[in-house]
Amino acid sequence: MTAPSPDGYIGRSVPRREDRRLLLGDGSYVADLVLPGMVHAAFARSQLAHARIVSVDFARAMDEPGAAFALGGAELAGEMPPIGGMQVTAPKGWADRVDHRITLPPQNLMASDRVRYVGEAFAVVCADSRYAAEDAVEAIDAEFEPLAAVVDPEAAASPGAEIVHPDIGTNAVAELYVEKGDVAAAMAAAPHRVRRRFRHHRYAAMPLECRGVAAEYDRRTDSLTVWSSTQVVHWVRKELAFALGMAEEKIRVLAPDVGGGFGGKGHVYPEDLIIPYLARRIGRPVRWVEDRHEHILNAAHSRDNIHDAEIGFDDTGRILAFRDDFIVDSGAYSPVGAGVAYNTTAHLLGPYHVDNFAGGTAVVVTNKTPNAPYRGAGRPEAVQVTERLMDIVADTLGMEPAEVRLRNMIGPERMPYEVGLPYRDGVPMTYDSGDYPASLRRAIEEIGGVEAFRERQDKARAEGRYLGLGLGCYTEGTGVGPFEGATVKVDASGKIVVSTGACPIGQGHETVFAQVTADAWKVPIEDVVVLLADTSTLTMGYGSIASRSTVTSSAAIGDASDKVKAKVLAVAAALLEASEADLELRDGKVAVKGVPEMSVTLREVAAAAAPGWLSRRPEGSEAGLEATSYYEPPTVTWAYASNAAIVEVEPDTGRVLVERYVEVHDAGRLVNPGLADGQVKGGLVQGLGGALYESIEYDEAGQLLTGSFADYLLPTAAETPPIEVVHMETPTPLNPLGVKGLGEGGAIAPPVVIANAVTDALKPFGVEFNTLPIRWQDVRAAFDPAE
Amino acid sequence: MTAKRSVTVTVNGEARTGEAEPRMLLSDFLRETLGLTGTHVGCEHGICGACTVHVDGEAARSCLMLAVQADGAEIDTVEGLADGETLHRLQQLFSKHRALQCGFCTPGMLMTALDLVRHRPNLTEAEIRSGMAAVLCRCTGYEGIVHAVAEYASGGER
Amino acid sequence: MKPPRFDYRAPQGLDEALDLLADSGPDARILAGGQSLVPALNFRLARPSVLIDINGVAELAGIDDQGDRVVIGAMTRQREIEVSEDVARAVPLLHEATRYVAHLPIRTRGTVGGSIANADPAAEDPAVAAALDATMVCRSRRGERRIAAGGFFVDVLTTALEPDEMLVAVEFPRIPSGAGAAFAEISRRDGDFALAGVAAQIALTNGRVTDARIAACGLGPAPLRFRNAEEILLDSACETEAIEAACDAVAASSDPHDDVHASAAYRRQLAAAMARRALNAAHTRAGVAA
Repeated sequence: MTAPSPDGYIGRSVPRREDRRLLLGDGSYVADLVLPGMVHAAFARSQLAHARIVSVDFARAMDEPGAAFALGGAELAGEMPPIGGMQVTAPKGWADRVDHRITLPPQNLMASDRVRYVGEAFAVVCADSRYAAEDAVEAIDAEFEPLAAVVDPEAAASPGAEIVHPDIGTNAVAELYVEKGDVAAAMAAAPHRVRRRFRHHRYAAMPLECRGVAAEYDRRTDSLTVWSSTQVVHWVRKELAFALGMAEEKIRVLAPDVGGGFGGKGHVYPEDLIIPYLARRIGRPVRWVEDRHEHILNAAHSRDNIHDAEIGFDDTGRILAFRDDFIVDSGAYSPVGAGVAYNTTAHLLGPYHVDNFAGGTAVVVTNKTPNAPYRGAGRPEAVQVTERLMDIVADTLGMEPAEVRLRNMIGPERMPYEVGLPYRDGVPMTYDSGDYPASLRRAIEEIGGVEAFRERQDKARAEGRYLGLGLGCYTEGTGVGPFEGATVKVDASGKIVVSTGACPIGQGHETVFAQVTADAWKVPIEDVVVLLADTSTLTMGYGSIASRSTVTSSAAIGDASDKVKAKVLAVAAALLEASEADLELRDGKVAVKGVPEMSVTLREVAAAAAPGWLSRRPEGSEAGLEATSYYEPPTVTWAYASNAAIVEVEPDTGRVLVERYVEVHDAGRLVNPGLADGQVKGGLVQGLGGALYESIEYDEAGQLLTGSFADYLLPTAAETPPIEVVHMETPTPLNPLGVKGLGEGGAIAPPVVIANAVTDALKPFGVEFNTLPIRWQDVRAAFDPAE
Repeated sequence: MTAKRSVTVTVNGEARTGEAEPRMLLSDFLRETLGLTGTHVGCEHGICGACTVHVDGEAARSCLMLAVQADGAEIDTVEGLADGETLHRLQQLFSKHRALQCGFCTPGMLMTALDLVRHRPNLTEAEIRSGMAAVLCRCTGYEGIVHAVAEYASGGER
Repeated sequence: MKPPRFDYRAPQGLDEALDLLADSGPDARILAGGQSLVPALNFRLARPSVLIDINGVAELAGIDDQGDRVVIGAMTRQREIEVSEDVARAVPLLHEATRYVAHLPIRTRGTVGGSIANADPAAEDPAVAAALDATMVCRSRRGERRIAAGGFFVDVLTTALEPDEMLVAVEFPRIPSGAGAAFAEISRRDGDFALAGVAAQIALTNGRVTDARIAACGLGPAPLRFRNAEEILLDSACETEAIEAACDAVAASSDPHDDVHASAAYRRQLAAAMARRALNAAHTRAGVAA
């Protein structure tokens, strides 16, 4: 038993509750579920990027041993509507301020008349085993009439391009524009201007557990139970209730242990709806476990932008004007709307003060896998542009990159700082707290200082070795709304039972929310029960996306706890015949202040508060110790970080070796520093993967070239450099705990930090790395310009 | 000859028998037939390492073996590591060093590390990083894993 | 990603295995370590009618140091090579190259014979066999054929083996005294297939090269042996000019392909880089040995 420290649990690296079951192999993931009478689903997926479906015939498929049921997209389209609810409508404050034209295509659950990307499902088969289901899928006779594949997003938006969604009539399905100041005038007047094109490649969340859905329908009660490897159980339930015409309360959606998500499981996918539909339709439980090839083909990809940016500045390196026009290659559909695209715009200014800014965006559909948020969600793309430009400005003026950054940074004295643009929640962006220059200075100090590095770099160059220093800074809106829910109760045992809409995917939520709750109630942490990712425990919830759960769930837990504590104190006052004002919570009891022997346990209070003949609650008070709160954050709270890395590139191979990587990160007060550290470091390695190894590649016909782990390369322990993370802890004034979100931060900066470091290393050759990922062959080519 | 056949393996010291089509992968036999779902399947082509178990005492990918090939073999899985309620020392070190987050790769990490430490004494950190590169982790960034294995290797029972 | 249906046979002796192979037709496949074949089954890229599992054929495994050569049974696991002191002493090139083969849990099952018979152009063991001109001992019900590496590797995943033939052993010549061997490889990540790998063995007499063997993986449709580069080195003292000329010859004679990991032009540059590393290391080791 961990004794409650006088200072509480928040701020301590409390060991994780989750570890024991996971270490023993007792975790339960969707693929581990066995339901009596269960059949296994497998999908038939398009092998063509773009084609009309001529016919789909299941006769041979149903002759396969073990085949139980088959269904095509056309039939399903008559039964279930397209996914519609994910296209978040724009809040007024945003719609008023941002010029926009948005016509997003609906996504049928399975392709009915045409397939639009390699991997899009057009039929599903259920069979006795996954083996048999795959046999049956192979035996489907389907005929397609190929259409021209739209692969290049720039060509897609040009006149004459094949149209991916004829009903919409254009491949540019969304256009956004926002401006502050007068960019054209300021740019024209600027003493220096540079313009560059930046490309951020497509890569993906790639959790080690692929997706999966299992569902069981109970005909007696007309109710569904659905297990999904998702970050948004309540969202899945909402869509299911709509699609199946059922009451939400008749549907229970749970996420059991989830093997990573990183945003890739953060929206409702067609399979989340199809599998429950099949369970109801055929009257047997159905389990679908996505395999890795399917996952790479079909789970959302991310990033994939082309930016044309221009920056105007003076002789001292002050930025006077900044304009960025970019294209987002959304793939065939846009499952979460234009939110990611605008997120890029909103993060372009980062920690810098710039009076004149404009961001213009076109979201373009192509015949590729749909693009959706993944850890960073539009921010790595923005930070690539801004942070490369900072280095280019420095290079143009012969200044140190750090100096240009510090010259433009917003100092702590300007907090809170109004950016002059709306956030996607419609609220004007306001950086709430932090010391950006201090974080950059600290990062530089941790990496050994700029001057010392330049000395080393010069010496190495003389020996034919090439070292580079890369910097990268960002700000990150975290804890976004619209809301999160929590129900808090003191049950008959006296334990505090908390349920909230957060859906953990490995972060340690059970531990973190136990800490928050134990402190709110002044109880030993063992007396807190945390229930997560189960719609049956909470009426409305939102889910774990967008670096929000510690902020939003904690606040909802705090608020609901306050309501229940008021009841507890009222009941305890009656029991102790004392005034509520004289009572305090301590060690799982309510005691009279200064007279600890005068106390009642929470168990006794719960018994007294219960309804019925034995109730001893005060006259007129409501029975039970339970309350639900929905926390609606006023807006986001801004985390930020500064990064520094040293790389060495090998002249004969172009191989990039990261010698050291430092991130100075500020996410406000840390509930569990050890877990926070793990979140940031894990994110950093995903960013390094994106910088150097991971890339989703298509050929000109829209065929995916990286459909296995032999071609889509996740970094391993051997590729991972020594990483140091320094946590600054500037609390936010926006929530009672002073916490900011930190799930995504680590992944944001590494691609541009490595690009800057490699460019710095190769400065004698005058090559800029403005395209991601950094490929060794391009590095090698820099040494040998003749080739 | 495509018919199911009987497969008997000694799993974590206990003889277990099940039926398997020749094409059934050992990973599926362990998980679906014997109900040992601690062994996870992350790629089914031998890269991710989540499904790593010990076959006759040595780490191997259970997704790259047929169940029928394991007939008569001794298989050790993550479920066999703890001694009753007491976690194996490496399991304890994984928790101590925060070497797991979502837990999906963890069984493969543990089984790989145990074999690595036994296979090669006096591991350097570079050798640990290279050896543990046999298993992919998407959550932790590997630091905790490397530290846990290093501490185990330096004082662990071999 | 589950294998298609197939017949499965697990012979317990070589003759039985060869009979099965002879009688099973052209769509039969031999299952050795399975570390390449089973992934292909799982992707349903391989669809054998019959899988002949030779893991139970005990006589196919083992390392036999016969003095002038080391005979390695086809079913000898790569993990055994890695820990074999005999191999480290007598065929150090194979020993060093083995550490580049994927990861330990793959080497637990993967076999030398399987790697060589599979003839993946990016695999290490075929390159070593090519460099040392190892002898492939091939058996069928019709008898035995001994095929030198130079005539064994034909094209991508294609060898001189007839459909009814099985590779049963590989004979690697013992490294001559006064010789040094080195294997250099670059791959995208630790344990991945080679972007370029070069196997080199150099013998010195009085400081001059009396024998040079250079071969590569990842640089052509089959493991390449670079006779022209070897000739450049012969009789030289491995001075920088000679090594550089040999590296240029390796790059020029390479026949690499483009894929998502690297362009052909880049692979050619890596060929020279890996040749330089392997030759310099082999030369240094030869100097120590001499």
